[in-house]
Amino acid sequence: MPPKTMLEKIWEPHVVYREVGKPDLLYVDLHLVHEVTSPQAFDGLRMNGRKVRRPDLTVATVDHNVPTSDRSKPIEDEISARQIEAMNQNAREFGLTYYDIFSQGQGIVHIIGPQMGYTQPGMVIVCGDSHTSTHGAFGAIAMAIGTTQVEHVLATQCVVMPKPRTMEIRVVGDLPQGVAAKDLILGIIGQIGVDGATGYAVEYTGEAVRRLSMEGRMTVCNMSIEGGARIGMVAPDEKTFQYMQGRRFVPQGEAWEKVVERWRGLPTEPGASYDKLVEIDARRLEPHVTWGTNPGQVAPVTGRVPDPASFASAADRESGERALHYMGLEPGTPVQQIALDRVFIGSCTNGRLEDLRAAAAVAKGKRVDPKVYAMVVPGSWEVKQQAEQEGLDRIFKDAGFDWREAGCSMCLGMNPDVLQPGERCASTSNRNFEGRQGKGGRTHLVSPAMAAAAAIAGHFVDIREWK
Amino acid sequence: MEPFVNVTGVVLPLERANVDTDQICPAQFLKRIERTGFGQFLFHSWRFLPDGSPNPDFVLNHPVYRQATVLVARRNFGSGSSREHAVWALQDYGIRAVIAPSYAEIFHKNAFENGLCPVLLPEEQVETLLDRAKERPGYQLTVDLEQCLVTDNLGLKLPFVMHTDPETHAFRRHCLLNGLDEIGLTLQQEDKIAAFEQRRAKQGYLLPA
Ligand code: SF4
Repeated sequence: MPPKTMLEKIWEPHVVYREVGKPDLLYVDLHLVHEVTSPQAFDGLRMNGRKVRRPDLTVATVDHNVPTSDRSKPIEDEISARQIEAMNQNAREFGLTYYDIFSQGQGIVHIIGPQMGYTQPGMVIVCGDSHTSTHGAFGAIAMAIGTTQVEHVLATQCVVMPKPRTMEIRVVGDLPQGVAAKDLILGIIGQIGVDGATGYAVEYTGEAVRRLSMEGRMTVCNMSIEGGARIGMVAPDEKTFQYMQGRRFVPQGEAWEKVVERWRGLPTEPGASYDKLVEIDARRLEPHVTWGTNPGQVAPVTGRVPDPASFASAADRESGERALHYMGLEPGTPVQQIALDRVFIGSCTNGRLEDLRAAAAVAKGKRVDPKVYAMVVPGSWEVKQQAEQEGLDRIFKDAGFDWREAGCSMCLGMNPDVLQPGERCASTSNRNFEGRQGKGGRTHLVSPAMAAAAAIAGHFVDIREWK
Repeated sequence: MEPFVNVTGVVLPLERANVDTDQICPAQFLKRIERTGFGQFLFHSWRFLPDGSPNPDFVLNHPVYRQATVLVARRNFGSGSSREHAVWALQDYGIRAVIAPSYAEIFHKNAFENGLCPVLLPEEQVETLLDRAKERPGYQLTVDLEQCLVTDNLGLKLPFVMHTDPETHAFRRHCLLNGLDEIGLTLQQEDKIAAFEQRRAKQGYLLPA
């Protein structure tokens, strides 16, 4: 038998039904649900008198529009409240495992899955959210679905999907000091473009990826979609197993030994071929800052805002110019001279404990620039508690950061945490689209350490020179 | 799902690449729990000025495009989030078919599942359509899925596919033409799903509780 890729090894045993000329019917091991992309799906079930086929494989929470302020107060925004109430109601009616707004398990779906051990290697995981690729960091096929597909999975526990082509993104060399997982993925997207991996399942390989922590791998896989890929994955290894062991929904004892044995068999076999290979030299990467309105419009922190006139294609020139106009930036401006109004640390990209530690290490004993409003939003209730046990909240608060409750928050500005028109923000989230963090708001994507440093300095600084 | 067979109508030319779902339907409008009523939010931040008045410079606000049913845009249309609200907003506004050189994957699939026809045409042909639409406000196109042809009344005749993979194109064309609901199709395989689950259970496959 020819050597197989990890995608192949996970995909094939999940095929329920295959017919020539049609996409595969694929079984789903874990379906994560949140309040924004699900109400219409549950309505569809109700209208057709259908049940949730496997409530035991369906886990729901609220994250996108929950307020990150005091939870004991009622939710002010009526429509938000209605959407959260709909989730409460649907979870009850259909008998789902549900971490509601007052639950210790509540948090961003892509954070609570790995945190509680729901996310496991070899699984097929879906969620009505484009950053579902995050879970691929454990060696799972994790992909985003739309609301109609959410309904489809609820009713059938399957997705209809053609097998994607595979792309290996091989990261050679080691990441230099001060260059984070976030910089790696921004560098990758800068190189391949925002649609460079459309139609592919990406597997990240190479020494630098192996050296990343699990949190770092999640950051990288999380942003696969920003390069167009619906699936991003990293082969599981000892680090993966170590991270997982003892988590709540991970098997224990003998069952653990057995399952790890199986997981060891998942990685791509030597000699297996991918449909496409992209090589990235980690040694050449620097801390990155996006200057435009998509995650591919990115520059090293030591660089300058580019001149779109120098871009090769007419389409790139057009979108570059439009982006600079929106961002209120002049070509040639040194990145480090860009001054900020706001800083957001959080999201499913960088809202985990390790991210908060990195930011806190920078903020310790310093003060946020008086012109900047900076907020830290832990990715989940548990992350928040752990951070507080370590005293990270004190470091942030002493430095003048606002310490909030868990949720998506200003990553997408569905709750009251939004930018005002024209405000400029350094953000550890994943999208710098026009208006993403609030209408007219200007977003620059960076790593957690870079964001913390920017909050203190009031403008971007090269974290490698931070003292 | 409503079948899609063909549409003839005014073209809305959107001369932009990488139009993302945050533009098509911004996050602050995702709180509705219905599938309808999203048309008013379509391209909201481009369409309205900060004071809430219509932006006269945005193409959608020209009276001639109010009735548009065919949207033409540049590459990588629908990038970003998985929100199906983007498709619902386009449809609720009245758009029945989109023409672009490429689509972001999730948007592409969401379009199929809601009966919005995603036409793929090569970049040069899309530019031709954009030029014609600009030169002749009110320019109309016919998108005919039965024949897989885009035509205008100036003699243009462009064969198209909806997906670069011929099998996917054929399957999706069949579903769109007949308004086939994917859930209904899959439920016909119920016995196979049940057999799969039994096999899994026997293997002691570990699944979350
Ligand atoms: S944190 Fe942002 S990207 Fe992640 S799930 Fe929430 S809204 Fe989506």
